[in-house]
Amino acid sequence: MYRYIAKRILLVIPTLLGAAVLVFALMRLIPGDICMIRLGSGGTTFDPRAIAACHHEIGLDRPLIVQFFSFVWGFCHLDFGISMWSGKPVSVEIAARLPISLEIALLATVVAICIAIPLGTLSALKQNTWIDVVVRTFAIGGIATPAFWLGIISILLVLDVSTAITGTPWMPPIDYVPIWRDPVRNLEMAMLPALTVGYRYAAVSMRMTRSAMLEVMREDYIRTARAKGLLQKIIINRHALKNALLPVVTVIGIEFAFLIGGLVVTEQVFNLNGVGRLFVQAVQNQDYTLTQALVMLTVTIFVLTNLAVDLAYAWLDPRIRFA
Amino acid sequence: MSITVPTDTAVLAEVAPQGMHKFLRATLEFCRRQPFGAFGMALVMFMAVLGLTADWIAPYSPTANDFDAMTQAPSWAHWLGTDQFGRDMLSRIIFGARTALIVGLTCSFVGGFSGLVLGVASAYFGGRIDLAFQRVFDIMMAFPLIIMALAVVAIFGTGVHNVIVAITIPLIPRCARVVRSSALAIREVAYVDAARACGYGHARIILRHMVPNVMAPFLIMLTAFIGQAILAEASLSYLGLGVQEPVAAWGLMLQGGAEEYASTAPWIAIFPGLAIMLTVFGFSIFGDALRDALDPKLRDR
Repeated sequence: MYRYIAKRILLVIPTLLGAAVLVFALMRLIPGDICMIRLGSGGTTFDPRAIAACHHEIGLDRPLIVQFFSFVWGFCHLDFGISMWSGKPVSVEIAARLPISLEIALLATVVAICIAIPLGTLSALKQNTWIDVVVRTFAIGGIATPAFWLGIISILLVLDVSTAITGTPWMPPIDYVPIWRDPVRNLEMAMLPALTVGYRYAAVSMRMTRSAMLEVMREDYIRTARAKGLLQKIIINRHALKNALLPVVTVIGIEFAFLIGGLVVTEQVFNLNGVGRLFVQAVQNQDYTLTQALVMLTVTIFVLTNLAVDLAYAWLDPRIRFA
Repeated sequence: MSITVPTDTAVLAEVAPQGMHKFLRATLEFCRRQPFGAFGMALVMFMAVLGLTADWIAPYSPTANDFDAMTQAPSWAHWLGTDQFGRDMLSRIIFGARTALIVGLTCSFVGGFSGLVLGVASAYFGGRIDLAFQRVFDIMMAFPLIIMALAVVAIFGTGVHNVIVAITIPLIPRCARVVRSSALAIREVAYVDAARACGYGHARIILRHMVPNVMAPFLIMLTAFIGQAILAEASLSYLGLGVQEPVAAWGLMLQGGAEEYASTAPWIAIFPGLAIMLTVFGFSIFGDALRDALDPKLRDR
């Protein structure tokens, strides 16, 4: 057990280091000089002194290897440098926008689990009936529907429905209020984005729940439980679901990537000032320090989530622990 | 996304039948057994025909502005209405199918085949080379698809070509990993040893003897990739970081106008999204049905 945990944790280090090398190399692949792009936006002729000053500021005048280690070292204590666009420290920019994204991510996960597990189980138990077909279509629909379009359509629906009921159009608020200060307003804002992202997230987990459940229902111990005369409810809750949920846990972790991707577009649709929107703005403004920090941050979160899932999996399934 | 991999070589007869006749018969058999998948195939083929014949069937030019007919509701003259610049929505959707298919097919084929060769090579050589490949795939997989694509766009800029590069790169390790796991099983089969004993080169063994035998999981993945690539392109274009105006692309059609005019001209928001959804939906159910047809182990699921 401890050997497995240690091995799994140690494996994170080379992955993260490799990712850091990749991000660092990518950002240096940018054709042309970052400083020229930055200073050239005004259409002025380049002043070599200004370019040199800019190089010095970003640290481009130092040897590559030094730059790399200062990038990694900075990352280790959350110092990502100064945003090229706003002039504020990158960590400040990110910290200001993190709560809103985290909240939507958490809510979306809750939405996903609440949809995926009951519907996936139902679909498996009613295999090849119309219920199954409806649930599977609903699931594939979630995979096929672009999150941003779903967002636009849900805003449209809310507008129309609120106009029809109250006479005045209602739009969810777009400014972030912490949940402890005004929970109603906070949830009004987060509800639609969470549902939009959550639906897609649910779709993948729903399919996984269904196929895991189908597999488990064929196991001998389920037949034994049936032969004992146990109630169907108990067989499903106590015997089948418990074992079927193992792969679902993994999928929920892996699909975290979808969640991040979903947040990037959904925040744009709902005009929310979260990390995803910051990322898009960073790319649009060619703010390379900010882009670099955000990519690295996402990768780290993703790798750590997967680590957590693997450890949870080992804890839930003794076969992995002792393998 | 894990795909159980058939090691049974008999199923390959269904994938690679000899001659057109067998192919047609296999297609008919597929339609009979998988009506849902056949529906997906029909959707996909419909979109493909739209994209291929866009020049002839589109009623208007996708870029022609008609400032007398801005944000008009669907009518006989404009079946799906017009956008905020007076462009015909139907024509833009038809030409958008071309963009989506070009991006979807190029990304999945280039990404898929690179992944296929790398994955099989990784399994074939084994040992340290395999380990090195694995680590590199691991690192690349640590980047969520859209994040990697955005990073590539940040470097090379926007436009159709850069979008294709941006989406292709993250697909390579995803394909390589799945292919590798099925190639590992094939490496142990006697005919690979026989080929080696005949003194064939590495390239010949990999390409002629191993690659054809991982075709089943590969084809399934390819259909899934096309859908994913179309979705990724639409997302990038929607964010203003993908295909640029005036090229007709579904994601782009939803950018800007769609939200602003959503309440007064909902057709601008509805139709391009429907097009994306139906196409990706078609590829998804077609891919699912293909998996069920090619993988006997999953047939009863």
